[in-house]
Amino acid sequence: MIKNNPGNKMKEIALVGNPNTGKTTIFNALTGLRHSTANYPGVTVEKKIGQTQLPGGEEISVLDLPGAYSLLPRSLDEEVVHDVLLGIRRDTPPPDLVLVILDANNLERNLYLATQVLETGIPVILVLNMWDMAKKSGTTVDLGKLSEITGVPCVATVGMEREGIVKLQQTIALLLADPVAGPTKFSLEPFLPDRLKTELDKIVVLIEDRLKDRPKAVFGEALRLLSDRIFRSPIFESMKIGDLLRTEVLSVRASLKENGIDSTSVEPECRYRAIDHLCGQVVQRVSHKVLTFSDRLDRILTHRVWGILFFIGIMGVIFQSIFSWAQVPMDLLSRAIEKLGDLAQGWLPAGALQSLVVDGIIAGVGNVIVFLPQIFLLFFFIALFEDTGYMARAVFVLDKLMKKVGLNGKAFLPLLSSFACTVPGILSTRTIEDRNDRLATILVAPLMSCSARLPIYTLLIAAFIPNLHVFHILHLQGLTLLGLYLLSIGAGLGVAALFRKTFLKGNRMPFVFELPPYRIPHLKTVFGTMWDRAKEFITRAGSIIFLLSIVLWFLVSYPKDPGVQARFAAERQQVSATLNGEALKEHLGAIDHEQKDLQLRSSFAGSLGKAIEPAIRPLGFNWEIGIGIIASFAARELLISTLAIVHHVETHGEGMTAGLIQALQRQRSPITGELSYTPLVALSLMVFYVLACQCFSTFAIVKRETGSWGWMFFMIFYMTGLAWSASFVVYQGGRLLGFE
Amino acid sequence: MKTVALDQLKTGERGVIQGYQSEEDLHYRLKELGLVTGTQILVKRFAPLGDPMEIVLRGYSLSIRKQDAAKILVRLQSAD
Repeated sequence: MIKNNPGNKMKEIALVGNPNTGKTTIFNALTGLRHSTANYPGVTVEKKIGQTQLPGGEEISVLDLPGAYSLLPRSLDEEVVHDVLLGIRRDTPPPDLVLVILDANNLERNLYLATQVLETGIPVILVLNMWDMAKKSGTTVDLGKLSEITGVPCVATVGMEREGIVKLQQTIALLLADPVAGPTKFSLEPFLPDRLKTELDKIVVLIEDRLKDRPKAVFGEALRLLSDRIFRSPIFESMKIGDLLRTEVLSVRASLKENGIDSTSVEPECRYRAIDHLCGQVVQRVSHKVLTFSDRLDRILTHRVWGILFFIGIMGVIFQSIFSWAQVPMDLLSRAIEKLGDLAQGWLPAGALQSLVVDGIIAGVGNVIVFLPQIFLLFFFIALFEDTGYMARAVFVLDKLMKKVGLNGKAFLPLLSSFACTVPGILSTRTIEDRNDRLATILVAPLMSCSARLPIYTLLIAAFIPNLHVFHILHLQGLTLLGLYLLSIGAGLGVAALFRKTFLKGNRMPFVFELPPYRIPHLKTVFGTMWDRAKEFITRAGSIIFLLSIVLWFLVSYPKDPGVQARFAAERQQVSATLNGEALKEHLGAIDHEQKDLQLRSSFAGSLGKAIEPAIRPLGFNWEIGIGIIASFAARELLISTLAIVHHVETHGEGMTAGLIQALQRQRSPITGELSYTPLVALSLMVFYVLACQCFSTFAIVKRETGSWGWMFFMIFYMTGLAWSASFVVYQGGRLLGFE
Repeated sequence: MKTVALDQLKTGERGVIQGYQSEEDLHYRLKELGLVTGTQILVKRFAPLGDPMEIVLRGYSLSIRKQDAAKILVRLQSAD
C-alpha cells in the first residue's frame, strides 16, 4: 500500500448533495477563499476546486460538484456528478472520498441521492448540515445509529458558523489514511423484489466491463438503466453494447411487468421504503403545531395582493439601482478612463502605437469596466435573493405568467438581468434544468433591451422626438422610451412563445422546485457569490470585448492613405505658420475633424458601411449609420461616437451630446438636399437597435452556453431578420402614411 | 375516503399518494423527489395567480404545477 507517500499525488475529495443543502458553505468553510472556478471541458457546468489542510498537515484538493437530486441524470449538472463519481470522465479522476452533504432538516429526500452514492462503494462521509435549524424545528437525528446502519462516519455541521468543520477535517484525515475503516453497509437489496434482483443480473453482465473502477456501482447502475425510460443514458449509444443493452432492458421490463413490477417506479418506491425504514430508526420529530417564521413571511410574500406588490416593489428597487444609482460610479469610471486616455496620449508619441493604446486598448477595456457597477449591483441582488430564499418565492409568484409564453418562472431572472447586460442574463439561465426551456430563454434574452442601447435611445429621442405633453401629464419623449422597452419585452415574449410552440416543444422535466425556509442572509456568502460571478463576467465578456475593440480600432483606422496624411500635415504646417492664438487652435481643430472624417470614410469600416448601404436604404439609413451599425458590434454605444466623427462633432467631454444633436438635426443629404435624419428615420433606427443582435460578446456567450455554432447563427439570423423587417415596416409604413 | 387528483385538493387539505394516472418519463423526477405511493402530502398554498401550488411532503416544501399535480392520484384525508 502506498500511504502518505510525499511523492504521491494530492488526495482528492468531492462534495455532493441536493441543491439547497448549504453545500457551498461547507465548501467555503473547508477551503476558505482559496478556490478556482472553471468549466468541465465540453459542457457548461461549473467546476469549482479548492484546497484544504487536514489536521495532520496534509493538503488535499476539494471538488465542489454541482447540486443533484439523483444519480440518474436529468440535467447536465447531474450528468457531471454521475460521471465523476463513477470515474467515467477523463478530465476529472474519480475522487478518493466523497462528502455527501445533507440538510439535517430534510433527511428523507436528501438520503435518496446519499444512498445511491453509498452503493457506489466509494468511501463516504455523511455530513448533516444545518444542524442548528433542525434542532430548532424539533428534529433530532441519532448520528451514532445512522453511522452504524450505513457503515460510514456521520458528522453534524453548521456550515455558516463553521461548526463541526474541524471534526469533519479530522474524519476526512482518518478515512483517507485508512479507507477500509469505512466500508459501506447500506444496501437496497433487502427492499427489492426477488424477481427484480435476478432479472437485473442480465443487465449487470453487460455493463460490468465499463465500470471496472467502481465494481460495486454496477448494481445501482443497472437499476438506473432499467428506469431510463427513453434511453437517455449515453451508454445506449455505445457502438459495442448499445443495441444489445436496449434489447435486454426492454425484455427485462416486459418480464417484470408480467410479474406486476413497474420498472418505471421500482427504484424510487423501493428506495424510499428503505429510507423510511432507516429514518424510523434514527430520526425523531417533535412537531410544534405553531407557525414558523417562514410560514408567517410566506403569508405576506406569496399573498395574492401583498406578494405581487412586494415583488413589483423589489423589481422597482433593482431597476432604480441599475439605471439610476449605478450611474454615479459609471460616470466617474468613464471620466477616469477618458483621463487615462488623455494621459496616455501625452506620454506616447503620436502615431499608430498611441492610437492603438488610446483608441483601441484603453477605450476597449473602458467599455467593459464602465458596466461593472451595474453588473455588481445586479449580481448582489441575485445572490441576496438566492441566499434569503426569496428567489424561489419570486419564481413561485411568476411561474404562471411565464408559462403563458412557454417559459417557466426561472426564466424571469435571466430576462431581467438581460436589461442590464445580456451576458450575465444568459449565464444565469443555468438554473433552468429543462433543455428546451433554457434554450428558448437564451435565444430571446438578447431581445431584452440592454443598458448599452439606452444611450442611443436617449440621444435620438432628445434630437427627434418633440418635447410635447400628451393629455397634459404624459411626456411624449418618455412615452417613446417606454414604448421601446415594451417593444423589447413584447418581442422577447412573443418570440419565446413561437419557439416553444414550434421547434422547442415539450419538456424533459416537470417544473418543480423546492421552497426552502427563509434565512437571514449570510453576507460573506452573498458577496462571495457576487464576486465569483462578476469575475466570470469580466473574464468572459471582458476578453472578447477587449479583443474586438482592437479589431474594430484597426477597421476604423486602416488603411491609411499616405497622400492624404501628407496633405493634412502640410495644411497644419501652413496654418501654424500663418495664424496664432485662438484662431490657430480653432483651425487646427477643424483640420483634425476633417482628417478623422476622411480617415473613417476611407477605412475598412467605412467601406463596409457603404457596402451595406443598399440593404439598409429601405430602412431610411444612410451609409454613415451603416458605419455606426458595423461599429456597434463591439459595443452598441459606439454608434454615437461614430456619428459624432462623421458629422464633425467634438467627440470628447460634455459638449458632445448637445453638439451631436444639433448636427444631426441640421444634416442634409449632399445629393438630394433633404434632411438626412428625420423623426421617422430616428424611430426606424431605434426599432432596429431594440431588435438587432449586434454584440459579439453575446454571440460568444450563446455559442458557449448552447455548445453549438448552429444556435448562435440561428439567433443572429432571426434577430437580424426581425430587426430589418420591423424597421422596414416602420419606415416605409410611416412614409406611406405621409410622415417624414 | 375518496381518491382525487392532487390538483383538486384545497389549501390545508391532506392526501396520501395512490399512484400516477399515466406513465410518463417526466414523472420519474417527481418520484425521485419523494412523491411515491404511500407518501403523505399537505397542500400548503396556491401561488397568487392560482398556479403553481406549494405542497409539503417528507418534511420539505415543493412547488409543483397543477398540470403535473393533476397526474397524481391521492386519497383525501381530513382537513387540518
